[in-house]
Amino acid sequence: MEEDNLKKDKLIIAKKKFVSRLIVGTGKYKSMSECAKAIKFSGAEIVTVAVRRVNISNKNKPLLMDYIDPKKITYLPNTAGCFNSKDALRTLRLAREIGGWKLVKLEVLGDKTNLFPDMIETLKTTEVLAKEGFKVMVYCNDDPLMAKHLENSGADAIMPLAAPIGSGLGILNKINIQIIRKQTKLPVIIDAGLGQASDATIAMELGCDGVLVNTAIAKAKKPFEMALAFKNAVVAGRQSYNSGRIGKTLMGNPSSPTEGII
Amino acid sequence: MKKIKIKVNGKVKTVLNNSKLSILLNNLNIPIKKVAIELNQEIIDKKKTNNIKLKRNDKIEIVHFIGGG
Repeated sequence: MEEDNLKKDKLIIAKKKFVSRLIVGTGKYKSMSECAKAIKFSGAEIVTVAVRRVNISNKNKPLLMDYIDPKKITYLPNTAGCFNSKDALRTLRLAREIGGWKLVKLEVLGDKTNLFPDMIETLKTTEVLAKEGFKVMVYCNDDPLMAKHLENSGADAIMPLAAPIGSGLGILNKINIQIIRKQTKLPVIIDAGLGQASDATIAMELGCDGVLVNTAIAKAKKPFEMALAFKNAVVAGRQSYNSGRIGKTLMGNPSSPTEGII
Repeated sequence: MKKIKIKVNGKVKTVLNNSKLSILLNNLNIPIKKVAIELNQEIIDKKKTNNIKLKRNDKIEIVHFIGGG
């Protein structure tokens, strides 16, 4: 019964349904086969990918598509490395051309050291992409007002950072994440900064609809086990959220009856 | 036939003037279904590479998906 409920509880992004609420990045792995195996362990149905030049001097270089079948796993092209609207638009228009993808992840960074998003450029770009028919999942800071602006600009999912990209710091501002979740009808997916599986559980318990993880899995000492840990952590967090946690009290409250004590 | 210089993914290549883009892609062994192509910052319809003739200083970008977060 409970398992049936979990299967029915799907992540919906731009009207498309997904069972897994864990999205994984495909960067930073030692090899493409390691990446493909980690994705299997994670159970992810969506993976982020970057758009880059083909290496024309090495014709036999393996292609990502040879390892991860885009018919089975949804590719989510991103704009990693873009620092302005023009480059981000160019990248995603090219991504759409590769295979007709409309579901994309927009990230426009503003600073090379902290990798925080440039929200002014991000907002502008979201508007243009939505008008061009893209389904835009938007990487953003954890500011509820900005999240609202993105929603009004036509975003399909809000992806606030937990902490700076690749930092492994976990969720720094739980309150803001909860406010963002509460105020929007869009899916909220925590993107960037998670370090360990329990961070994903916390994100789900805050009511988030999913999490996106790359470095924490790819750079773990045992990436396959960490991928599995994140898969379980996301499921646990979602179940915990759906189950309705108890209230908090300052003082103790005995679990065994106080009546009939000998 | 006159030879011209063009740039492909930032690298200088010498090709015949007015030669077809489709021939260049073929010579470079590009898996056309898995890439997107820009000619002078304009996206090219991949079905029409046979109709595009290369000119001096053309800039071609061929991109694909790689691992990324």
